[in-house]
Amino acid sequence: MSSRNEILAAIAANKPDYQPLPVGLYTPENGYNIVSRFKENITLIGGAVHKINVISEIEQFLYSNFPSAKRIVTNNEALKNVATHLINTDLDKQIPHELENVDVTILDAPFGVAENGAIWITDESLHHRVLPFITQHLILIIKESSIIASLQDAYAKIGLTDYGYGTFISGPSKTADIEQSLVIGAHGSRSLDVFIIGQAS
Amino acid sequence: MKDHAQLAEAFNKDKERVTWHDETLWFVRTKRDKAAHKFAGWEQLRETASQIKNNVLSNLDSYLLQFEANAIKNGITVHWAKDAAQHNQIVLSLLQKHEINSLVKSKSMLTEECHLNEFLQHNGVEVIDTDLGERIVQFRNEPPSHIVLPAIHLKKEDVSDTFHEHLGTEKGNSDPQYLTEAARQHLRETFLTRKLALTGVNFAVAETGEFVVCTNEGNADMGAHLANLHIASMGLEKTIPRREDLGIFLNLLARSATGQPITTYSSHFKRPRNGQEMHIILVDNGRSIQLGRKDFRNSLKCIRCGACMNTCPVYRRSGGHSYHTAVAGPIGSILAPNLDMEKNKDLPFASTLCGSCTNVCPVKIDIHDQLYKWRQEIVKSGYSPKSKTIAMEAMSVSLSKPMVYDISGKALRFTLRYAPFVINNKLNPWYKQRDMPAAPENSFKKWYDENRNKKNDNE
Amino acid sequence: MKVGLFIPCYIDQLYPKVAVATLELMEKLGLDVYYPTRQTCCGQPLANSGYSHLTYDIDELFTHNFESCDYVVSPSGSCTLHIKEHLHSYKNIGSAQHIKKHIYELVEFLTDVIKVENLKATFPYRVGLHQSCHGQRGLRLASMTERVEVSFSKPKHLLSMVNGLKLIDLTREDECCGFGGTFCVTEEAVSVRMGQDRVADHLNHKAQYITAADMSCLMHMQGILKRQNSNVQVIHIAEILNATL
Repeated sequence: MSSRNEILAAIAANKPDYQPLPVGLYTPENGYNIVSRFKENITLIGGAVHKINVISEIEQFLYSNFPSAKRIVTNNEALKNVATHLINTDLDKQIPHELENVDVTILDAPFGVAENGAIWITDESLHHRVLPFITQHLILIIKESSIIASLQDAYAKIGLTDYGYGTFISGPSKTADIEQSLVIGAHGSRSLDVFIIGQAS
Repeated sequence: MKDHAQLAEAFNKDKERVTWHDETLWFVRTKRDKAAHKFAGWEQLRETASQIKNNVLSNLDSYLLQFEANAIKNGITVHWAKDAAQHNQIVLSLLQKHEINSLVKSKSMLTEECHLNEFLQHNGVEVIDTDLGERIVQFRNEPPSHIVLPAIHLKKEDVSDTFHEHLGTEKGNSDPQYLTEAARQHLRETFLTRKLALTGVNFAVAETGEFVVCTNEGNADMGAHLANLHIASMGLEKTIPRREDLGIFLNLLARSATGQPITTYSSHFKRPRNGQEMHIILVDNGRSIQLGRKDFRNSLKCIRCGACMNTCPVYRRSGGHSYHTAVAGPIGSILAPNLDMEKNKDLPFASTLCGSCTNVCPVKIDIHDQLYKWRQEIVKSGYSPKSKTIAMEAMSVSLSKPMVYDISGKALRFTLRYAPFVINNKLNPWYKQRDMPAAPENSFKKWYDENRNKKNDNE
Repeated sequence: MKVGLFIPCYIDQLYPKVAVATLELMEKLGLDVYYPTRQTCCGQPLANSGYSHLTYDIDELFTHNFESCDYVVSPSGSCTLHIKEHLHSYKNIGSAQHIKKHIYELVEFLTDVIKVENLKATFPYRVGLHQSCHGQRGLRLASMTERVEVSFSKPKHLLSMVNGLKLIDLTREDECCGFGGTFCVTEEAVSVRMGQDRVADHLNHKAQYITAADMSCLMHMQGILKRQNSNVQVIHIAEILNATL
């Protein structure tokens, strides 16, 4: 008998009587200001939040914060003047290793979750899965109206949609493995700036 | 081999370090408490997670088949390993097939359980652990002492010495920021040049055939997205039924582990990227046996958050290495006897049964009750020392016969009063650092007889 | 209402005054207390060491001793919990079941069954309350810091009725003291360290007395205090609740 069949047979022989999945035991909190909760959580985990009305405000932020950045990549067409590369058109032929010297990556993200300060991204917009990790600095853009309350809502929204890879990003990369002292910038991005575009635009 | 008590005694020789270890882990528990108390519906969330895991255990074979079918559909190759040896062999075969002799690895307690690193090194393969804590202990040839905080037993000065030796950092510079940066530079180079990445798995979704890996450092993603070959190793019990169940577990995992609202990266791997090969190894290694142990099967609900370690007053004061097993602390002490009861016979006794572990557990494993039950199993299986059995048999006689009990009690009090040196000496572990209670002349029973029974008779 | 008094073996032999205080307190509250003199122990020292199969005769004796009682009360959370969870009789199944359902630790008996609202006790000292784990987490005498729940404490409720008593705050309000039955000798190093840390918390907050609903924890902490030549005393909660000037 193959290992697979042996394992399955052992489980079938040893498993307890069927226990149903729970229904409706837990309901996420509601009735709070989800945008403030989202900001609170992003700040808590070492990210920064900026509320803007138009995308062009990000340009100014780049000039002041990353004046020496040589390689800035984005999937947002509106930023093509400040970015050095557009992901879909300029980077599609590159191998992931060639992204090693990216200074700043700016990505439009479909939605964020208030209760965790987490932002969802899939490889549809990434093109290169490694991008938000290998970049030195990460900027994510979300619409204020796309901030949702809970992970329950998030998975309801994701549903069974297909993706090859998806990730919740919550803050810059970090570690506390040395004496529990928090250090920002472990292997992934050294910073995370989240731009929330207001309802007006 | 030294047992937990002996290893813990050695750990306790350095009192200041014990203070530091205890306070640091207590701080992590405090952060967990804050996160839990801030989260509305925490206890309902735990109950939901617990019931989902109960469902998983009761239907594990179907879920595994569903996961396998979906993963294959997604282009992932699925392997099954009965035990550690098979798991390690599968990894080695893949390395050999692709003519690769080195790999990067992100945190996987399963590979620690399987002793994969040693096996691969014996076979000429270089393994580089990429989680900072794991890299530190790997340099030092030590196992991790904690499942979430692998180097929590070390001070920054220790790390500084290790990095000075292996990475050429400045001697004496123990600034965590500086040391982390050195590891970042060193490992970035590694990520870019290794062709195979091995990761663990936090959750595998039966419904979709995808698996989720959670890290704060981003090392699993750096490894997997740059490698041509991604192998994910998972224990069978990591399966969950539906994608939406992640909404429950991702809320619990990081809050229980470190008090964060979620891990920095919760990455869902569904298909290999273009041109990449993705493999998943489903590992049994005793899990199907544990599933058949009615009293202990719930231990398989564990999501490896480490909260039971942080809250355990014994773990905090004995250090992870005193448990001499891949998974330390309370959860390790109920998992390890299933793998090797004789070797781990001491672990269920390394507890005061205070019950804090059970109440902190995000999936409600009855950890302290299982510790109690393992003690019974271990004794029944004959792994208790003969001298202890003789003493216990004598105690049983004394406590079931009131007259014998009265006489022994009297003898004890008499000795304590008139010949304390018989008890207060270095053969008595109580007396080493504690005084014995002062023995009264009479027992309560005698007092009652004189003050109540006789009084009643006279009335 | 016939209330059986179960005095754990080590209290009977080493701390009879705790038993006397328990009995007197219950008598003061007008209870009909019955003390079976053929009692010994709950069997926990054997069971926690893995020898529950050697407790059959102890269980039969226990069941026989208390089968006629409406309630059984004991000044020990740990022993009470052991009976509640593990008492088993082959000869008298019904009685054992009845006892398991009707055994109470002293504090919970006072707060939950006879619902004491005031006490004529005076104890004008600074007191630290040690939450013994089996009472706290096992019998739920108090809420615990790791659970998200409404905070409550039955022992604190009773201590608040004592004149002059000043309850001190602790840095870690519900950490184990490290006694743990045979753990205190088999894991001597960790047990002592846990005890030292617990005692230090009380000393740092200037306790004059450390109290608890379990004498075993207190015996362990007393051993440490004495070795440190400390003037701080341990005292069972029954002694405080029974104390008059």
